[in-house]
Amino acid sequence: MDATALLLSRIQFAFTVSFHIIFPSFTIGLAAWLTMLEALRLVTQRPLYAVLFDFWLRIFGVAFGLGVVSGIVMGFQFGSNWSVLSRMSGPVQGPLLSYETFTAFFLEASFFGILLFGRPRVAPWFYLFSTAMVALGTTLSAFWIMVNNSWMQVPVGYVVAHDQFVAIDWQKILFNRVVWVRFPHMLLASYITGAFCVAATGAWYVLREEFLPEARVMIRMGLGLACVLAPLQMFFGHLTGDYVHDYQPAKFAAIEGRWHDEKPAAELLLAVPDPQAEANSYAISIPVLGSVIASMSLTSKEVGLKDFPPGDRPPVIIPFFAFRIMVACGSAMLWLAWCGAYLAFTDRLERNHLLLRLLFLSFPLPFIATLTGWFTAETGRQPWTIYGVLRTADAVTPFLTAREATISLVAFCLIYSLIFAFGTYYIYQLLCTGPIGRLALPPAAASANRPMSVVGPPMAPPRPAATSGRYQ
Amino acid sequence: MILFWTGVLAISILLYVLLDGFDLGIGILFGLTNDESRRHTMLSAVSPVWDGNETWLVVIGVVLWGAFPGVYATLMSAFYLPLLCMLLGLILRGVAFEFRYKTRAMRFVWDVGFSAGSFVAAFMQGITVGALVQGMKLTEGAYTGGEFGWLSPFSVLCGIGLCLGDALLGASWIVKKCEGKMQDIAWRQIPCLATCVLIFLAIVFTYALNADFRVMGRWTARPYMFVFPAAGAIALVALAFAVTRRLDQWPFNLVALIFMSAFGTLAISFWPYMIPFTITVHDAAAPHSSLAFMFWGEGIFIFPLMLVYTAISYSVFRGKIMPTDGDL
Repeated sequence: MDATALLLSRIQFAFTVSFHIIFPSFTIGLAAWLTMLEALRLVTQRPLYAVLFDFWLRIFGVAFGLGVVSGIVMGFQFGSNWSVLSRMSGPVQGPLLSYETFTAFFLEASFFGILLFGRPRVAPWFYLFSTAMVALGTTLSAFWIMVNNSWMQVPVGYVVAHDQFVAIDWQKILFNRVVWVRFPHMLLASYITGAFCVAATGAWYVLREEFLPEARVMIRMGLGLACVLAPLQMFFGHLTGDYVHDYQPAKFAAIEGRWHDEKPAAELLLAVPDPQAEANSYAISIPVLGSVIASMSLTSKEVGLKDFPPGDRPPVIIPFFAFRIMVACGSAMLWLAWCGAYLAFTDRLERNHLLLRLLFLSFPLPFIATLTGWFTAETGRQPWTIYGVLRTADAVTPFLTAREATISLVAFCLIYSLIFAFGTYYIYQLLCTGPIGRLALPPAAASANRPMSVVGPPMAPPRPAATSGRYQ
Repeated sequence: MILFWTGVLAISILLYVLLDGFDLGIGILFGLTNDESRRHTMLSAVSPVWDGNETWLVVIGVVLWGAFPGVYATLMSAFYLPLLCMLLGLILRGVAFEFRYKTRAMRFVWDVGFSAGSFVAAFMQGITVGALVQGMKLTEGAYTGGEFGWLSPFSVLCGIGLCLGDALLGASWIVKKCEGKMQDIAWRQIPCLATCVLIFLAIVFTYALNADFRVMGRWTARPYMFVFPAAGAIALVALAFAVTRRLDQWPFNLVALIFMSAFGTLAISFWPYMIPFTITVHDAAAPHSSLAFMFWGEGIFIFPLMLVYTAISYSVFRGKIMPTDGDL
């Protein structure tokens, strides 16, 4: 095994999977919101919902495409860079991921085509059904991925035979506590991501005094959902912490920045951990709270990192800070969702430009929270790929050369940067164009498409940057 | 159980080769025209279905991993660079469907990406098949061929061959889905491409005979295997007939038949090996618990459903493409 190839493979996996998760976490939430819009449209027959649906479908299309292409890479990267892992854990992970492909991808792929191109060809109820199937597909995909990752975090229901992990209890693998805490945690993260992106877009339009009827619906639906889900997410976040405490004590100690055993333990709010000195500098902590959070007790003993041999300890810096950034983003979102929803539903939000601006600027928060949450989970699992069973250093393809790993890492970075830059730019263009249907239609047809415009702002003049391509 | 999953794998590979074959082929042909309306028509002929087509590639990946983990691990890591190129090609061509319509100034970037990505993906798939036929260097189950163990004149030949074959499949799909000028062009491309494929097959066959591949030895041992190439030859003759009569629904089915016969030929010359002459289907199979878990859910319920989904999405978009297709 080549140490450079190992490091490069780890960087490559981290890079490609981080890039990938941005898009599903957005589209899972967005698919659910599209289903709701389409259902509302069918029930109420209000054209406003059709306008919103078409608008968000275009954005969904770009993000979904990026998610699909970057996801295909993940399915093959296990085999190419981590062939020892994939050979050993294939009997467990392979079937789980094959269930993902079979149940989720086919729903998504088949019905997504109908969503984009099938409106004139299918009945309205079938179109709604197709939307719901895309949403179901994205959710199932998240489920299988969480089962798979949870098994890597807390392997259960298997024995080792012939140098392979052989599953003996699939029920335990699918329905253990860890899965059913982490899956809702991820699903809620996606819904909150979708809700905040929608609400932030609405706030942006209100600030620009454009598309006000649509913007109001976006803000209300987005914040309304977020103010319910954000506290729920905190609760599931706490349960996720519980499983880490019970099954991955070293990770828990790293997140808490706890070097020595403490009884009762303090909760470290902020500090700069120093792995060399095995101590923290500039620590701000609250006594006893650590035991309360970890064990719901005032006196419990909580283990520190020094209980583990250095070779079994995760890196401290990344989980420690990533976790705190995630919590900070989550708290900011909770505050914004509650304040914003209160103001929005009492019709005062549109006058409060400060909060509107904050809401607009909040759209990166859910993405940062999701990414840092994953950084905490995955870095904290080190030095293991399958916790306690298979080390990352032993999982890499033994004959992978540093040259191959460099080529692939550089190639992925280049191509991903290219498609990410253009993808976000195009989404920005779509947002600028706004939810007004086709720009190039003559005014009469445009207002027929959009009767709401009588109460809305004047028709936005087509902006040169936004009128290229097929919307012309 | 092992046979069942081998069957699922074989069907998935065949479907992938056929379905993504025509859309990769259209990508390759896409580079031959500069006319925007033609390019738009070509894309419209595949845009509702390409995503589903490519999903069959993922199916191949995960069925291999779940049912034959050793083969998955060996193939993916041994073909590291071809796999990388194929994935990058698929990414570029995949995003092009959306991106090219969102810009005018940068459209050429995505057009080049679409065409080159399709070409590279098909080429690398051909190389992989070629290298497998030629035989991989394995020592006690571990790959020892090195970074470029897959590269040989023969594998490159197979890469070019698959590109030509995919282009032929793409042209016949255009004939099936389009009308007017676009269809005329495709009608003219079919005989050229078919001739090229025929020449290529002859070269590959001669090369394989001369180089004395072990795969060829199985042909003399199992003469009944000639049924497949014979079916292919009949399809080729029928194709010539369909081209002269301009029967526009025929060529795609006939070219598909040629692909199936080529696939059948390969599959039966490998059997029972998955990686020729080192790893058999039985060696590679995952433990019974994994195969059974997959069988009772996705195997007997979802796999047939997937075939139904595919049929549904092709039937929703059946017939000639409409002028509005491909517009968002």
